[in-house]
Amino acid sequence: MRHLLDTKGLTRTAALRILDVAEDMAATQHREVRKLPTLRGKTVVNLFFEDSTRTRISFEAAAKRLSADVINFSAKGSSVSKGESLQDTAQTLQAMGADAVVIRHGASGAPHTLATSGWISAGVVNAGDGTHAHPTQALLDAFTVRKRFFGDDSRGHDLAGLRVTIVGDVLHSRVARSNVWLLTTLGAEVTLVAPPTLVPQDVSAWPVRVLYDLDEAIADGPDALMMLRIQLERMSAAYFPTEREYSRTWGLDAARLAALPADSIVLHPGPMNRGMEISAAAADSPRSTVLEQVANGVSVRMAVLYLLLAGERIEAEEDGR
Amino acid sequence: MSESFLIRGARPSGGAATDIVIADGRIVETGTALSAAGATVVDADGLIALPGLVDLHTHLREPGYEASETILTGSRAAAAGGFTTVFAMPNTSPVADTAGVVEQELALGEAAGFAHVQPIGAVTIGQNGERLAELGAMASSRARVRVFSDDGFCVFDPLIMRRALEYVKSFDGVVAQHAQDPRLTEGAQMNEGTVSAELGLAGWPAVAEESIIARDVLLAEHVGSRLHVCHLSTAGSVDIIRWAKKRGVDVTAEVTPHHLLLTEELVRGYDARFKVNPPLRRDEDVLAVREGLADGTIDIVATDHAPHPAEAKSCEWAAAANGMVGLESALRVVQQAVVDTGMLTWDDVARVMSAAPARIGRLSGAGTPLAAGRPASLTLYDPRPVRRFTDADLHGRSVNSPYLDRELPGEVRWTFFGGVVTMAEGAVLSAPGVRA
Amino acid sequence: MSTRTVLHEADIARALTRISHEILESNRGPAELVILGIPRRGVPLAARIGALLADISGVPVPVGAVDVTMYRDDLHRNPTRAPQPTEIPVGGIDGRTVVLVDDVLFSGRSIRAALDALQDIGRPAAVRLATLIDRGHRELPIRPDFVGKNLPSARDERVNVRLRETDGIEEVTIGS
Repeated sequence: MRHLLDTKGLTRTAALRILDVAEDMAATQHREVRKLPTLRGKTVVNLFFEDSTRTRISFEAAAKRLSADVINFSAKGSSVSKGESLQDTAQTLQAMGADAVVIRHGASGAPHTLATSGWISAGVVNAGDGTHAHPTQALLDAFTVRKRFFGDDSRGHDLAGLRVTIVGDVLHSRVARSNVWLLTTLGAEVTLVAPPTLVPQDVSAWPVRVLYDLDEAIADGPDALMMLRIQLERMSAAYFPTEREYSRTWGLDAARLAALPADSIVLHPGPMNRGMEISAAAADSPRSTVLEQVANGVSVRMAVLYLLLAGERIEAEEDGR
Repeated sequence: MSESFLIRGARPSGGAATDIVIADGRIVETGTALSAAGATVVDADGLIALPGLVDLHTHLREPGYEASETILTGSRAAAAGGFTTVFAMPNTSPVADTAGVVEQELALGEAAGFAHVQPIGAVTIGQNGERLAELGAMASSRARVRVFSDDGFCVFDPLIMRRALEYVKSFDGVVAQHAQDPRLTEGAQMNEGTVSAELGLAGWPAVAEESIIARDVLLAEHVGSRLHVCHLSTAGSVDIIRWAKKRGVDVTAEVTPHHLLLTEELVRGYDARFKVNPPLRRDEDVLAVREGLADGTIDIVATDHAPHPAEAKSCEWAAAANGMVGLESALRVVQQAVVDTGMLTWDDVARVMSAAPARIGRLSGAGTPLAAGRPASLTLYDPRPVRRFTDADLHGRSVNSPYLDRELPGEVRWTFFGGVVTMAEGAVLSAPGVRA
Repeated sequence: MSTRTVLHEADIARALTRISHEILESNRGPAELVILGIPRRGVPLAARIGALLADISGVPVPVGAVDVTMYRDDLHRNPTRAPQPTEIPVGGIDGRTVVLVDDVLFSGRSIRAALDALQDIGRPAAVRLATLIDRGHRELPIRPDFVGKNLPSARDERVNVRLRETDGIEEVTIGS
């Protein structure tokens, strides 16, 4: 795997390979010594243009557990007028000997530009670009769903037949987009629920069903309900009138939690707005996978770094780019 | 005594082979088997002769942004594209909103000598959309400004737009509107539709262009003014102009070469060479603007030549500037998009790229037919070759072209500006009239 | 290409039986033994040895697998390998005698990687090595404790072990 930029380009085979390697990585986390020497001598740079302690720490933990060296590079200001350009930043990292660059950027497409520009030879992992993609989040979400439903038999399993409903600000969500593609590739059926203002104007080409009514979606009995964080700034741009109305209509409150099938799980990428899109009861219930998602995130990111860095570097495009 | 020329066997507007004699800046004679003592012979066998092209929408960046382009480099690029007149948009620094700045631009264009540089004046001071600029002063200056535009920005306040439309009537001016509702396009990066939904780029909906055009044609009708609409890009916009013309509104419209050829699919891959305002649209829109140009709904082709330095394009999409250079490629793209597809003849090309823009811009000495007594501003174009467009084809200061490494037909071979050679045998001259 | 078969099905069975007896002899019985196969083919061999030990001694002997992919020193020279599962039996390896089982012992690097893996899993009292084939050409100071067959080979010859659990047939071949 040369780069991991999005999930739309991941084949079923490549996606399953990542998830299965993540199983092995997860297993090592129960040992006495939780570290593996596999990426010793490799340098992973966390290039974060957007603040994100959680994702950055997750990648850092993943890299360190594989004995790689980690450099954290926090770059403020990505436009030419404000600070150093992406090109200059990238080439500085190259000169420092980065083997992999994990990039989070506010501009959709920035990781793609970085990977295809010829500025660097390192592998690029997209840790979230604008509203476009967040592939490792989708992978850890799929891993979590798989683990909850298939347990120790997860290895090799896809998600065929499972129904996943994603609720929230789809328009601005890279998590939603990456999940739509990956879940579909793995055979799941995806439904999106949002106020009409927060669904992109034309999703006719997406392999999803779109509903505006959360209660209707829950009545269908989804196996997994994924709640997306709602950014309160969206209120001032008139996407919805008030927090109260949003929470009443699209929030996972106690009544909706109780209406879910007994075995259904609730996911949330974090950080949560307790009381807004998800009630405290839902967040803390046994159905909630929030903490497992965090743990699984490290395993999945270990798998991604392993597959990116531990083979001979192959120039040709292959599964998963 | 300037050089005189005998052009042999050119095909005016694609017609029969004709000889053209040029002397003292004028076309002296056209016919067959002509001779002219002492004239330099130009073998134009197979070449199409067009009146010097007139671009109603160019960004020459001087004063203020000389790193991207200057009036000299921009007019050389124009000559390389077969243009002998370019209308320079006012989004310079300082903005061209006073007689002083427009006269300076005119003087720089005259000093360069590659083409007539006709300044466009801003509609509002600083292009801020709040107060009218001194349109009258610019009109009566040496630059004789007739076209006014806040291009780059929309004249959004309907009251200001109404006043501007009314005011320019006194000197037969025209307001050229950049139709873009700013509230519907805040932070917009590309056309709003299925591609933007997938790529996670904020959308620029077609309705933001169409709603402004609809408003402006009604305003123009109400106050009895001329209106010009810049860079039309959507099927809906074409429909509105068609409706307005049928109603008798005095409106003209332009389309860029890139909107005649390229679509939003090119944005996949986030290559900022394809980032432009208005954005590249869908197949249906490209088809509609081609048809609009063919049936006269759209009056002219204008390049919207927009040079940008490398660092403004070689970066992540959101940070990149909007715009493409287009003077050198315009005729070739038009050939590929509408001539080779049988929608326009070369005669139509002469109209939409020379006569009509000159008329809209009220420039009487430009866009004139190739006939005896007329100014000797013309271009000789070979439609036959098919070559890759490379940066060797670019002659301005910037290289942000969406056609690099793309195969395009045709080649501009000669450009004459008032009888002076600016392009000879496919190579633009370093100074007008001076050949190695 | 000339390949010859050096061990047939019956030879393999006899070798594993002898190895099992030798393990019990050297350990003075089955106590505290843990048999760990190295994927891929070490795993079915370990299972068979575990079953034989239980048969002979009358006491069940824990069997598992230890994957060494993550500990290899030659990862960067080969296409990415998918790791195989590591299964340590209940009771772990602390204080026990681990017998590593592999199909072919060659450079010794897999065994070195296995020792590193064991170190991260626990602290065995002792580690022994059983291999079906020892083909020589060691690059590290590693020696087997229990050998099915010593097979002198040229460095560029290929030694292939096929087992019914992984390949459907039972044989060991050598060829060029």
